[in-house]
Amino acid sequence: MKNGVPRGRMRKHLYNVGALFRGLATVFGFMFMRKPTIGYPSVKKQHAPRFHGLHELRRYGDGKERCIGCELCAIACPANAITVIGAENTPSDRRSPGERYAARYEIDELRCIFCGMCEEACPTDAIVLTPRFEMSDYRRGSFIYAKDRLLVPPEAGVGTPPDERPGGIPADLGEVAEIKSTTDIDKGYSATYRGQILKTQRRGLAG
Amino acid sequence: MSWLLVLIKSALLLFVVITTFAYAMLFERKIMGWMQLRPGPNRVGPWGLLQPAADAVKMLFKEDLTPSTADPLIYKLAPFISLVSAFGAYAIIPWSEPRPGDIWSIGNVNAGILFIFALTAIGVYGVSLGGWASGSKYPLLGSVRATAQMISYELAMTMSVIGVLIVAGTTSLAGIVHAQQRIWFVIPQLIGFAIYFVTAVAETNRAPFDLVEADAELVAGFHTEYSGLRFGLFFIAEYVNMLTVSCVATLLFFGGWNAPFGWTFIPGIVWFILKVLFFIFCYIWLRATMPRFRYDRLMAFGWKVLLPVATLNLIATAVVVAVKG
Amino acid sequence: MTLFWILGVLLVASAVFVISQRKPVYSVVGLLFHFAVLAVFFLTLNAEFLAVIQIVIYSGATLILFVFVIALLSSGVAPFSVGPNRMPKAAIPAGLIAFVALALVVYGILRAPLVNAPRAATTSIPGAVGAPNVFGSVADFGKALFTTHLLPFEMTAFILMVAVIGVVALAGETTPFVPSLRRARIIEREMREALLRGGEE
Ligand code: SF4
Ligand code: SF4
Repeated sequence: MKNGVPRGRMRKHLYNVGALFRGLATVFGFMFMRKPTIGYPSVKKQHAPRFHGLHELRRYGDGKERCIGCELCAIACPANAITVIGAENTPSDRRSPGERYAARYEIDELRCIFCGMCEEACPTDAIVLTPRFEMSDYRRGSFIYAKDRLLVPPEAGVGTPPDERPGGIPADLGEVAEIKSTTDIDKGYSATYRGQILKTQRRGLAG
Repeated sequence: MSWLLVLIKSALLLFVVITTFAYAMLFERKIMGWMQLRPGPNRVGPWGLLQPAADAVKMLFKEDLTPSTADPLIYKLAPFISLVSAFGAYAIIPWSEPRPGDIWSIGNVNAGILFIFALTAIGVYGVSLGGWASGSKYPLLGSVRATAQMISYELAMTMSVIGVLIVAGTTSLAGIVHAQQRIWFVIPQLIGFAIYFVTAVAETNRAPFDLVEADAELVAGFHTEYSGLRFGLFFIAEYVNMLTVSCVATLLFFGGWNAPFGWTFIPGIVWFILKVLFFIFCYIWLRATMPRFRYDRLMAFGWKVLLPVATLNLIATAVVVAVKG
Repeated sequence: MTLFWILGVLLVASAVFVISQRKPVYSVVGLLFHFAVLAVFFLTLNAEFLAVIQIVIYSGATLILFVFVIALLSSGVAPFSVGPNRMPKAAIPAGLIAFVALALVVYGILRAPLVNAPRAATTSIPGAVGAPNVFGSVADFGKALFTTHLLPFEMTAFILMVAVIGVVALAGETTPFVPSLRRARIIEREMREALLRGGEE
């Protein structure tokens, strides 16, 4: 016996013929096993909460944007997928607790490799990757996600803004990152939490 | 009048065979899926039952390309040769006991089984001419392989069937089935059946003998260049051939419409269909299990194992029959 | 009778087609058609067995080898391009002889009495199939082959056998060296060792 194959010419042949039938039996048994397939469009897989999917720009509990337009994410991004153009906050129009806010914030999801570096780099936990993954579309332009599709609605803000704290440091760093998606529409599976907007935006470059 | 009847029967039969083909394909995809731990097609209609219709529509509307290096006439002719020879066999397959006023089969040809061999022989042309006429390498290699494989295995197949003919004493398919009323020929002709089964898989170019198509090395073999409806015709021919060899196996070795254990309360045609289904299932099962042969092994197996064994079986049968009666 | 003439015309037309084509594959297709029509001819004589054998042997075995050779050799181009002036001198006498032979054959056919083949019942009963005394039946055919025509039959077999041996002798002259599995393993090991040694040096 060598690897379970008997010695001897004739016996080896018999063994090999037997192996054919053993193979057939195995495959026959497979027919009745439970199938691990997930019937995708009708049944959707629940990804882990820390799955690296579509981005989301978050807000504080009082509705202010977390992003302070520091461009650290754009620098950290290995795929050069992020464009940030910052602007100064004015007392009459305060978008974020800091001095600056992101006037334009765009991520080209076709360039993005979903590495999560932007999330790591962000000092205010503004940009996070959510488990949403259904982003397919018919036009390249619609893969450039701007603030209109990245920024969560004001009521979905979390955490205390630094204005209310001495020293101006947000108290919730790390904690909020754990939460990941703060909008819990459709369990995080539709491409954007504002599906309606997406349809109108499809026509041209989002911006 | 009788002409009209034959015409109507042919049309009906054609419809039945095409539908059977469509569902045999679905059956195969489902079974293959289950055997590979997949659910198989299940999107079109309930349990994917309308999948064949969707496939047909897809085939019909695909572009029908003719490569510039192809020989246009023969390129277009080849799928039809395949298809016609595949369908022709159904003209003589007896589905059920032929009686006066019988409605199930079109013709009862005396040389029944030989007629099927003749059609298989012509079917080879579809593959070989199609591959040649495509005017590119892979189809040519595929068709050369197909030709060599089919003529090699046809020999062993004929030899294994002649054993049955000797025992039955007739070449008519209905006559062979009649001779099996007492005992199915699979028992006295077990070796013959084994050889027939293996060669039939090779004749229909199915895995593990699908060297002709061998996706891994020849893209799709002889029909690499075909698309749309013409590809569909080859595809239909392949499946219909599979049905044919299943029918022939049933008729020659498994008693055709004869009921096992004397369960004659179920009509013969049902038994026939059940047996054919069983063979089709076996084909699919084999395809899901076996890896493809290597070409030289295939040839060696055909000529050095199957043919001698079939010949010995034939001689032994002849001797036994001669001694007994 | 009309069927006879239709088939006859088809037969001759396909035969002419076979020899008039430039591309060998077209000739093959023509020949295939020719054989099919010939088989139908046999069928009109109720010789089912002959009809089927005609197709199985000639189309199934012989002609397919032509396709095989064409596929392997010429890939579509005519093997020789015959120019208008290259007709050899022998063509004229050869043509004359062929014409005379054909004329003789036609004369012979016209002289021969038309045999009306006995029509077997078209819807034959299973069991009576292959029975003797039906024109063209398998039993009759086999009997004739092994009694009346035994000598020609065996002669043909002998000639074919000689041909096979001849082919093997011609083709098998330069047998390439095919090592046995054992020998191949040894060679492989030696090569591997040689490679290893080469690496050390
Ligand atoms: S996930 Fe990675 S690639 Fe994508 S935007 Fe962030 S840093 Fe760039
Ligand atoms: S998302 Fe974060 S890192 Fe990027 S610009 Fe805004 S604050 Fe800076």
